[in-house]
Amino acid sequence: MDFSAIVSDALRSGIGPIAAVYALAAMGLNLHFGYTGLLNFGQVGFMLVGGYGLAITVSTYDGPMWLGVLGGIACAIVLALLLGLPTLRLRADYLAITTIAAGETLRLFYRSSWAEPVTGGVFGLQRFANDFYALSPIDPGTYGVWLVRFSSRDLWVMIVGWALVLVVGGLLALLIHSPWGRVIRSIREDEVAARSLGKNVYAYKMQSLVLGGVIGAVAGMVQAIQVQSVNPDNYDPGVTFFLYTLLVLGGAGRILGPVVGAILFWFVLSFLDSALRQAIDAEYISPDLISTSEVGAVRFALVGVALILLVAFRPQGILGSRKEMLLSGR
Amino acid sequence: MRYQRMLVPALALVLVVVPALSARAQGEEVPRGPTFAARALQALIDGIQFGVIIAITSVGLSLIFGTIHLINFAHGEFVTIGATFAFFLNVSAAGPGWHLIPAALAAVVFGALLGGAVDRGIWRPLRARGTGLINMFIVTIGLSLLLRHVVLVLYGTRPASYAQYDIQSTIDLGPAGITPRDLTVTLLAVLVLLGVAALLQKTRIGTAVRAVSANRDLAEASGIDVQRVVLFVWMLGGGLAALGGVFFGLVEIVTWDMGFKLLLLMFAGIILGGLGSAYGAMVGSLVIGVVAQMSTLWFPVDLQYAWALLVLILVLLVRPQGILGRAERVG
Repeated sequence: MDFSAIVSDALRSGIGPIAAVYALAAMGLNLHFGYTGLLNFGQVGFMLVGGYGLAITVSTYDGPMWLGVLGGIACAIVLALLLGLPTLRLRADYLAITTIAAGETLRLFYRSSWAEPVTGGVFGLQRFANDFYALSPIDPGTYGVWLVRFSSRDLWVMIVGWALVLVVGGLLALLIHSPWGRVIRSIREDEVAARSLGKNVYAYKMQSLVLGGVIGAVAGMVQAIQVQSVNPDNYDPGVTFFLYTLLVLGGAGRILGPVVGAILFWFVLSFLDSALRQAIDAEYISPDLISTSEVGAVRFALVGVALILLVAFRPQGILGSRKEMLLSGR
Repeated sequence: MRYQRMLVPALALVLVVVPALSARAQGEEVPRGPTFAARALQALIDGIQFGVIIAITSVGLSLIFGTIHLINFAHGEFVTIGATFAFFLNVSAAGPGWHLIPAALAAVVFGALLGGAVDRGIWRPLRARGTGLINMFIVTIGLSLLLRHVVLVLYGTRPASYAQYDIQSTIDLGPAGITPRDLTVTLLAVLVLLGVAALLQKTRIGTAVRAVSANRDLAEASGIDVQRVVLFVWMLGGGLAALGGVFFGLVEIVTWDMGFKLLLLMFAGIILGGLGSAYGAMVGSLVIGVVAQMSTLWFPVDLQYAWALLVLILVLLVRPQGILGRAERVG
C-alpha cells in the first residue's frame, strides 16, 4: 500500500479541474434547489448543451471560441425556457421528472446517428480547445508542491475554473442578498405566501432556472475544454446525482456549500478509489469479491449510501442551516 | 372540457402523421421489402407488447405516488432486481438452475418482499422522523444508485438471455408476425393487468388502496390502517416490477441497467395517464410503448426512447394532470 500515492490522487482531484467544474455546476444547481426549491434533475443537460455549443461552433463550423461560448450560453437559455414553460406552474416533482427526461433525451439525440454530421454521434467531437490553451501564460512543463503535480495545461484550466468559481460565487452572493434573492428564498419557503404578496412566482422561478442553467453550461464548457473532447456518454444522469450529493454534503442554500462540497466529494471519492485499487492489488481485498474493474461501481454505490445517510440524518450538510432545508414539497 | 380528452391522442397522431407527411414531401426512397402497412402493423404489435410490459412495471410506481405522494426513483431497480434474480435461479452457474417459470414466480415473491422491506426499513422510519417529501425523493435517488451498482457488481455488465424460450420461430399473422414467447408474454401481461384492476375494484384491500389515494386523511379517519395499506402497495409494486423485469428480460435481454432505462418510460407513461392513478398508468404506458415502436417507422431506432420522452413534455404542456388524472390544481 503506497499511502503517498493515495493522498496525492485524492488531493489532485480535490483541488483539480474536475472539482472546479463540479463546483461551478453545483453552484447553478444551488440556485435552483438550494435557494429557489426547484428540483432540477437535468443539470447535466445544461452542461451538455454548454459543452456541445462550444464544440460544435468551433469543431464543426470552424467558428471562433468566443462565439462558441455565446452559443453554449444561448442553448442553455433556450433549454431552460423549454423546460420551465410547461413545468414551473406545476408541483415540484413534475419538474424533476421532466428535467431528467430532458437530460436523457438530449443525450440520446446528440448521440444518435441522425445527428452525427453535426455532433459526431457516439464518437463526439475533438479539436476545439486549442484557442483556449493558446491563451495560457504558463510555460509548458509540470508544476507542483509536495505530493501534487499538474501539467501546465491542467494548471491553466484549474486557474480559469477556480477563478470562474470565485466570480460566480461573488455574483450569486450579491444576487441572493438583493431583493430578488429574498423573493426566490421566500418562494422556496412558501410559494403561496409569495404569490399572495403579489409576486410573480412563475417569472422568478423561470429567471432562477435560466441563470442556474447558464452557470451549468459554463461548467460544461470548462469540462469540455479540460477533457478536450465532448462525448454524449459523459453526460449521463449520474453526473446530476453526483452534483446533488456534493451539494447536500457541502450544504444547499449556502454560497460556499457547493465549493466545499465539490472539494470534499472529489477528495473522498478519489481517496476511496485509489485505496480500493491498491488494496485489491495488494490482495487485502480478495479479487473474487471486488475486481479492479468493479471499483467504479463500488464508488457509485458508496455515493448512493452517502446521499441516503446525508439526506436522512443531516439534510443541511456541513454549512447549511437545518431550518432552511426542511423541504416539504407542497 | 370534454374535448381536452381528445388532445393527447390527437398529439400522438400529430407526432406520427406529420413526420410521415414531411418524409413523403421530401420524396424519400421507401425501402423495398415489406410494404409500409405491413411494417406499421408489425410496429403496432411490438408497441402493444412493449406497452403492456411498461404498464406492469409502472402500475406500482403510480400507486405508490397515489398513496404517499412519493416518486420512487428506485422503482427501475426493482425491475432489474426481479430480472436478475430470476436469471440467477435460472441460468447462473452458482444458482440452482430452475426452469424459468418457477424462477419467475420466485422473483415476483422476492420483489414483493424487497418492496415491503424498503417500506419498513427506510420510508417508515423517515416518515416518523418527519423528513420532507423532497428529501425523501432524493433518498430514493441514493437508493437507486446503491441498488443499481450492487447489481452491477453481482451480475456484471454482460447482457444475457434466460435459458428457456430463447430462440423461436415466428407465427405468421399475414403481413406481420410474433413469436409464441412474445405472444404469451403479452397475453400474460394483459391478464395480470386485468387481475390488478379486479383486485383494486373488488377486494377490501383494493378498495382501501383507492380510498387512501383519493384522500389519505379521510381514509385514516374512517378507520383504514394507512400504514398497512402503504405496505401492501409497496409489496404489490415490488412484485409487479419484478414480473415486468422478467418479461422484459424475456422479450429483450437482461442487463444491469435495464430498469433505469425503463424508468424514464414509466415516468412518461404515468404522467401521460395521470400521476397516482393505476388505470392511467396502464393506458399511458400502452401509448408510450406504441409511440416508441411506431417512431422507428420514420426515425432511427436509437431515438425511439427520445420520442416517448418528448410525448411526456408535450402532455405536460397541454394537459398536466394526464389523460385520466383528476382535473385538480397541480401547481
